Amino acid sequence: MPATAINRTIDAVWRIESARLIAGLARITGDVGLAEDLAQEALLAALEQWPESGVPDKPGAWLMATAKHRAIDRLRRAEVHERKTRELGRELEIRGDVESPDLAAAIDDPFDDDLLRLVFTICHPVLSTDARVALTLRLLGGLTTKEIARAYLVSEATIAQRIVRAKRTLSAAQVPFEVPGHAELDDRLASVLEVIYLIFNEGYAATAGDDWMRPELIDEALRLGRILAELLPSEPEVHGLLALMELQASRSRARTGSSGEPILLLDQDRSRWDWLLVGRGLAALERAQNVGGALGPYTLQAAIAACHARARVADDTDWERIVALYDALAQLTPSPVVELNRAVAIGMAFGPAAALELVDALGSEPALRSYHLLPTVRGDLLVKLGRAEEAQAEFERAASLAQNTRERAVLLERMAACSPRNGG
Amino acid sequence: MRVMVLIKATEQSEAGEMPSEELLSQMMAFNEELVKAGVMLAGDGLHPSSKGARVVFSGDERKVIDGPFAETKELLAGYWLWEVKSLDEAIEWVKRVPSPMPGTEAVIEVRPVFEADDFGDEFTPELREKEQRLREQTEARR
Repeated sequence: MPATAINRTIDAVWRIESARLIAGLARITGDVGLAEDLAQEALLAALEQWPESGVPDKPGAWLMATAKHRAIDRLRRAEVHERKTRELGRELEIRGDVESPDLAAAIDDPFDDDLLRLVFTICHPVLSTDARVALTLRLLGGLTTKEIARAYLVSEATIAQRIVRAKRTLSAAQVPFEVPGHAELDDRLASVLEVIYLIFNEGYAATAGDDWMRPELIDEALRLGRILAELLPSEPEVHGLLALMELQASRSRARTGSSGEPILLLDQDRSRWDWLLVGRGLAALERAQNVGGALGPYTLQAAIAACHARARVADDTDWERIVALYDALAQLTPSPVVELNRAVAIGMAFGPAAALELVDALGSEPALRSYHLLPTVRGDLLVKLGRAEEAQAEFERAASLAQNTRERAVLLERMAACSPRNGG
Repeated sequence: MRVMVLIKATEQSEAGEMPSEELLSQMMAFNEELVKAGVMLAGDGLHPSSKGARVVFSGDERKVIDGPFAETKELLAGYWLWEVKSLDEAIEWVKRVPSPMPGTEAVIEVRPVFEADDFGDEFTPELREKEQRLREQTEARR
């Protein structure tokens, strides 16, 4: 095999094996940062040796064995260092703590849920969301620093530094490599789900830049969601989040027009939806509901998305059910953004006048002050009420607040369409 | 990217020989691995061509030919739909498939799936609408 082909194979092996490799090493060493260093050393060894020796039959096992040898080397070096320290007669007492007496035994004792421990550790609330996202994409997704930087439109150095700091924070806070206990589980799981949904949303509604969507992040979040649904099958919100992402992703193709402009849900050509993903999303929603318990926020949002997915044409949408689901969501997670969405649903179910009242009441919300969707929704309702001039001002304001180039262009068009010269 | 993984038929699969229990459990384990990795979207095994049929299109004529069909190596015995990052990742997964037809040479082919966008303007709204109806019917039967 030529060297480039070997390198592509190594990339593919890394994609498949890296998360389990790092998870296994983290259990042995108790340190995620060290585990990733060891895994990277094994990857470098593969890049050096495989072009000569060929790709081994079990590349994953090869990488693990190589990384374990490095781990033992490090431990021995540490022991030598320690012995010298002891000979100097210092710090005798800590020896018991520093040494890992069961290292050899631990190495041959793999657990199935190493991956789950890795998920919870790198999404630990002690880390900032940015740090959790970067660590998750890198350690769980197997993405390179360069790929993450490209997806987030920041420099490679920024991401590299973020990852180094995150690993340091985990070490300093002595975050244990474990699945949280029952008492802690809900909060810790919320932190994991938040990270995956943040990745999805950054891909689905790119907050900045010229592209409306960044598909690689959508695909990555979906993959992480599917992996998590297998790791935690009895957690309804895990399925709820997956359902929400599958259903939203099913619309990706229909969300942009031929020149890249965004197309809103009700204007989409539903034949362009990905019906395989719709089916998967509805199935995941069913699993979330079957696991039992009260519906959580992700499952409720998925149920709302499912109302759209089940409507063959936009006019068939069950808006009254959507209003009811938003009522439940607003009770569970009250927020001005949920209220705004609820107002939109009420407008569709009961007419624009009722909705406008609700939207006007949201006008003083500080959280929505620079949120471009508030004036967008208001403009939309005003158009329906025949108040074009006021609508024009709202779209202008929305355009000035939108950070995404494509979105701004659409809002400016809507503004122009409200001009009296265009017939209102 | 989405790929379709096509398991080509062999003499055994065309003869309707069921896989051994050992192979079945190996395949189940492999499928589970695919699901756990977030790669698996769909997949099924196919009955031999003796249970199938072909429709041959020539001009306005539609001729139905019942199976079996002779060219075994061109026939299919099963398929998967996977979501992967690259063709290389798909190939790496295929290498891990338990040998589908023990004792004989077997072939698995990987083909990237066309996305609707690949058709560009050729794919008209009317065609899309028809495609949607078809897909809805298919999903309804799942």
